[in-house]
Amino acid sequence: MAIGIAKLATARIGGRGRAGYARPPAALWLAAALVAVAVLLPLAYLVLRASGAGTELWGLLFRSRTLAILGRTVLLVIAVTGISLAISLPVAWLTQRTDLPLRRMWSILTALPLVIPSYVVGFVIVAALGPRGILQQALAGPFGVERLPEIYGFPGALLAVTLVAYPYILLPLQSAIRGLDPRLEEVARSLGHGRWDTFRRVVLPQLRPAMAAGALLVALYTLRDFGAVSLLRYETFTWAIYLQYQTSFDRVLAAGLSLVLVVMAIAILFLEFRTRGKAQYHRAAASVSRSPSYVRLGGWRWPALAFCGLVVLLALVMPVSVLGYWLARGFSGGETLWLTSSYALNSAYVSGLAAAATGIGAIAIAILDVRYPSLFSRLLERITYIGFALPGIVIALALVFFGANYATLTYQTLVMLVFAYAVLFLPQAVAAIRSSLLQVSPRLEEAARSLGRTPLQALMAITLPLVRPGILAGAGLVFLTTMKELPATLLLSPIGFKTLATSIWAATSEGSFARAAFPAVVLILLSSVPMAILTIRGKRQSDE
Amino acid sequence: MILTTIVLIVLTLATLAVGCARPAPSPTPAPTVTATVTATVTATPAPKPQTLTVYSGRAEGLVKPIIDQFIKSTGINVQVRYAGTSELAATILEEGKNSPADVFFAQDPGGIGAVEALLARLPDSILSQVEPGFRPDNGKWVGISGRARVLAYNTQKLKEADLPDDIFGLTDVKWKGRLGWAPTNASFQAMVTAMRKLWGQDKTRQWLAGIKANNPKDYANNTAQVNAAGAGEIDVAMPNHYYLYGIMQEKGESFPVRNYHPRAGGPGAVILVAGAGILDTAKNKEAAQKFLEFMLSPVAQQYFAGQTFEYPVIKGIKTHRLLTPLADIKSPGISMTDMADLKGTLNLLRETGIVP
Repeated sequence: MAIGIAKLATARIGGRGRAGYARPPAALWLAAALVAVAVLLPLAYLVLRASGAGTELWGLLFRSRTLAILGRTVLLVIAVTGISLAISLPVAWLTQRTDLPLRRMWSILTALPLVIPSYVVGFVIVAALGPRGILQQALAGPFGVERLPEIYGFPGALLAVTLVAYPYILLPLQSAIRGLDPRLEEVARSLGHGRWDTFRRVVLPQLRPAMAAGALLVALYTLRDFGAVSLLRYETFTWAIYLQYQTSFDRVLAAGLSLVLVVMAIAILFLEFRTRGKAQYHRAAASVSRSPSYVRLGGWRWPALAFCGLVVLLALVMPVSVLGYWLARGFSGGETLWLTSSYALNSAYVSGLAAAATGIGAIAIAILDVRYPSLFSRLLERITYIGFALPGIVIALALVFFGANYATLTYQTLVMLVFAYAVLFLPQAVAAIRSSLLQVSPRLEEAARSLGRTPLQALMAITLPLVRPGILAGAGLVFLTTMKELPATLLLSPIGFKTLATSIWAATSEGSFARAAFPAVVLILLSSVPMAILTIRGKRQSDE
Repeated sequence: MILTTIVLIVLTLATLAVGCARPAPSPTPAPTVTATVTATVTATPAPKPQTLTVYSGRAEGLVKPIIDQFIKSTGINVQVRYAGTSELAATILEEGKNSPADVFFAQDPGGIGAVEALLARLPDSILSQVEPGFRPDNGKWVGISGRARVLAYNTQKLKEADLPDDIFGLTDVKWKGRLGWAPTNASFQAMVTAMRKLWGQDKTRQWLAGIKANNPKDYANNTAQVNAAGAGEIDVAMPNHYYLYGIMQEKGESFPVRNYHPRAGGPGAVILVAGAGILDTAKNKEAAQKFLEFMLSPVAQQYFAGQTFEYPVIKGIKTHRLLTPLADIKSPGISMTDMADLKGTLNLLRETGIVP
């Protein structure tokens, strides 16, 4: 019943409205076609490489061991995605719609783990929870604990990947909750539905696109994560691909295995696509929005606080304090923990460029997909995700191949590097902008068109300002993930170009945690600023 | 609104730069961007044709000081790309004849062996400086420094005498649950290659199965293994020799781990090399040769012996006081050419289920 009302209400408020939008502006097509070519380059490379494989590849693929790795990868993807949802939904709701004490602080702190590189989380978890790690040492004295439960393998990988990946769901969910029209809930309540019933039948269906988009990113991220799974020794497909490069320098088999990963990614993309309904989620205009009523938690505030506290403790406090411990040990050991400020500047500069370039491509893709739905635009939106599911090394080598042989002038320049980041991180921006766009009614653009604006003018004057939160969130996400990206940065950057991420890598590859800790802390601090701004900005807008 | 406009302008410019540059590189935006960055990053001016380009799989902290000395003493400018040896090898293979690299300085023989087809034969003046065991027969590259495979044991739990004469002895059931290894590590795999040459395929398979039956702990790298031996998590690790000294520098000589070179020799006592070669397509061959000559000079060799705790590959250099002298290690004479069959090793490791 309530869902019926919700649908009716959205339909009434939003209308159907695609008339007059049959043909998208040429500029959009151009940008989108460019993006499509960019995303297809790695795929072309993989097919090219794998076509050189003979029976050996099939032999490798159909070993029982490969199937076991496949099974393990699927298990990890499902578990990480499930737990990330289970963390994100309550946290997002508590920080956006209840009277949880220090809501704003919690909403920033719970999103911050996104800025911590997964290889850092991997090292930290081994150091903190591993055998003879910090926790065991601390418990050994007072309680005589000799052994902690084994962290290597599935439990450690699950913990590490979840801690870096759950913000991919949390962030879109937070902004989706902010964008909800409270009137729908009020209607449901006025018709006699309880809080829980309203949540389940009115709110949850409206959050579905955000949850699905976030879950998609988490699932694909889990497919391609290398740092955490290798340090916690859980054999996934990505690790098997890395091993091909690392141990036998076999690009052909690596490409074959990568194509399997592509197939897995396509399966996940298809699953997510099927969860998307035909429902529309926009309301008449942003201006009529008003603050929702906040749920009083009463006695529930304590378990709620404990839950948020636990998430922040594991995902943020633990890594930062282990880094602090290494740093302190390094200082007291008299190590010179120098860091040139240019590393931080380089990181911020190149990440800014990546965010801008990726943002533009994503706007084009998102608008085409939402406003001009066709088989082609759907497909285009879907394939942008493939780059996100592939290990960084694969994308990097694909662009090394094309760059060195067909685009020599840009090879190993910033242009190439930014291009690589765009291929890797495009879907993050597409997802954010797309969800934001879904909440904007096409009626407004139609009004502008009826007043004589061209589609492009209407787009610039009406649509873009309204989806600004989505654009900023999307570009912000790209900025943050670029800050910590490693394989493409190492291989494609201009020679001698050092960033915070590469200096963390350099220190850990020499086995010095103390020297790795300093750039890692700077990276986290530097990334926290845009992260906090993103969270607070979104907040202000919903409070306005 | 102003903000949005600014954002949009920036975005547009950036896409133009990226968009134009790929299929038909537009000269205007690209160089501007690059130039700004070079200026902020390095003190050196924009790369001139005279600049030597080195791809280094060896860590920056280890080789930068000696490369700086090369720059100082020859006046040749050097720019270095640091990354993992295998990633760089794959990069060179993908770049093919368009590789901007002049020199590839690899961390392990496998890495440089993988790109052998793209390397130029080195002049005899360079090859002759290095002892024959430290270079391949085809003269495509030379070892720059040597590293010994060792058993690193916890001194609180074991005495050197408790360790087997030969690494095969670790398959004994008494080592169950006491061993650690890093089976994905390139040096470990090089040792397995040596096993296949010295012992043959069957005995190597037997060794792998025997160790596996003893439930060794897998580690991602050698530092982790040696640290685990120090913490008593395992009794014996199978790393290269120098990791121990790096850790001792940080934690002091009381760190309870010592190296043992199997007294009967065999593959467990093999000496591996970190090598360098010149690409066939190098644009600065002369400077590249000077670079290798310098790395083989007594100054550089003394640096590797003293600072990175490695073994020199030329005669007349003193090893570090903590190290077992090379002459006292019963290293099996195995040619670098024989070490090239990585594929066979990987297949064996896969077959035995040791790597995925």
